[in-house]
Amino acid sequence: MKVMGYKKSSLLQLLVLVIRRDLVLAMRRRADVLTTLVFFVIVVSLFPLGVGPELGMLRKMAPGVLWVAALLASMLSLGRLFSADYQDGTLEQMMLAPQSLSMLVLGKMIAHWMVSGLPLVLMAPVLGLQFDMSAQPLGVLIIGLLLGTPILSMIGAIGAALTLGLRGGGVLLSLLVLPLCIPVLIFGTGAVEAISSGLSVASHLSLLGALLVLSLVFTPLVTAQALRISME
Amino acid sequence: MLEVSNLACSRGDHRLFYGLSFSLKPGQIMQLQGENGSGKTTLLRALCGFMMPDEGEVLWRSENIRHLGEDYCSEILYLGHLNAIKDELSAVENLCISAGLSGFVLKENDAIAALRHMGLRGREALPAKVLSQGQRRRVALARLMVSDAKLWILDEPLTALDVGAVALIQGLIAEHLENQGMVIFTTHQPFRVAGMEMHSLSLS
Repeated sequence: MKVMGYKKSSLLQLLVLVIRRDLVLAMRRRADVLTTLVFFVIVVSLFPLGVGPELGMLRKMAPGVLWVAALLASMLSLGRLFSADYQDGTLEQMMLAPQSLSMLVLGKMIAHWMVSGLPLVLMAPVLGLQFDMSAQPLGVLIIGLLLGTPILSMIGAIGAALTLGLRGGGVLLSLLVLPLCIPVLIFGTGAVEAISSGLSVASHLSLLGALLVLSLVFTPLVTAQALRISME
Repeated sequence: MLEVSNLACSRGDHRLFYGLSFSLKPGQIMQLQGENGSGKTTLLRALCGFMMPDEGEVLWRSENIRHLGEDYCSEILYLGHLNAIKDELSAVENLCISAGLSGFVLKENDAIAALRHMGLRGREALPAKVLSQGQRRRVALARLMVSDAKLWILDEPLTALDVGAVALIQGLIAEHLENQGMVIFTTHQPFRVAGMEMHSLSLS
């Protein structure tokens, strides 16, 4: 008996399938999602407690603290990006998919951002209040995070693919990925500092946007290649 | 259709096999034989294109699979040691996603029909983590029913299966061969497909 009630799927359908699959899996494994978010909240909240209630100082350090915490929080979940699929054999099936592996990888990156990046962006305004940030810098911070966190997921995916199946890969992953994220950190915090001192934020944000577009084009290709190497 | 010429593979410094040549035509089935560690899985992975052979090449319709890339992928179905099944998803979801990854939109009703044929009636909506080893293998093997791949590459498809399931697989393989499909597989169990000549290749 053969079941033949199917039709060929398009590239877009495949992308949607991968994103939906990863989101469903994340919802059924909610603990993983919550660890990232709780880590972010706790790290950011520790600073006002540690530094003391000096408003001028808090306002000055707010963008840096929020950005560094977001960077570290996004590192937390990177290790799981491909490892579960690698261990249960799904990755083998993905590599045999008749569509390009880069597309599947892009789907996984988008899902990863929605699960571990987007909640941080949504949480940031609340945390910014602890640092006495005013509305305008907060707005710029959020736009910056919105542009920057997908880049973190995408650059991180390259590292995750390269360290796949290695023991102690988590530490190596951070060592590989964190230096590459420095430009994102600089432009992200730079935008907030610019608006606080009355300058234009356009240059910082457009550079972040350019980085995002560059990553969107190149990181799926590089990650797919890295996965092929790791699977040999 | 599938031709392997002068293939050599190694794992680390250890050379598993060399000078391996064979071909497989539509309607033929081949069983790989050899002790544990003789390179059966490595050969199957090389046939899938997961690993570069040290020497030699694998040809599909007289073209190297390295150059065919995704066109070759759409014509093969690989089932490895790992089931590629997610614990958190139900049998139906698992099958629909597997089909999706191999480029097909599979309707839920069709997935249920396939799973029932595989003897999983009543288990379709359970999360895979509550299924037994054999049942999980059956979910993985249900992919054979919803694929139109020409070449099946099966690595120990019979592990954890009971007698009834083995008979089911025999039936699926026989049907596939009648439709001019090809199968290459490994197993340590006695396995025959009625009315079909079994080619065998011994690795040592």
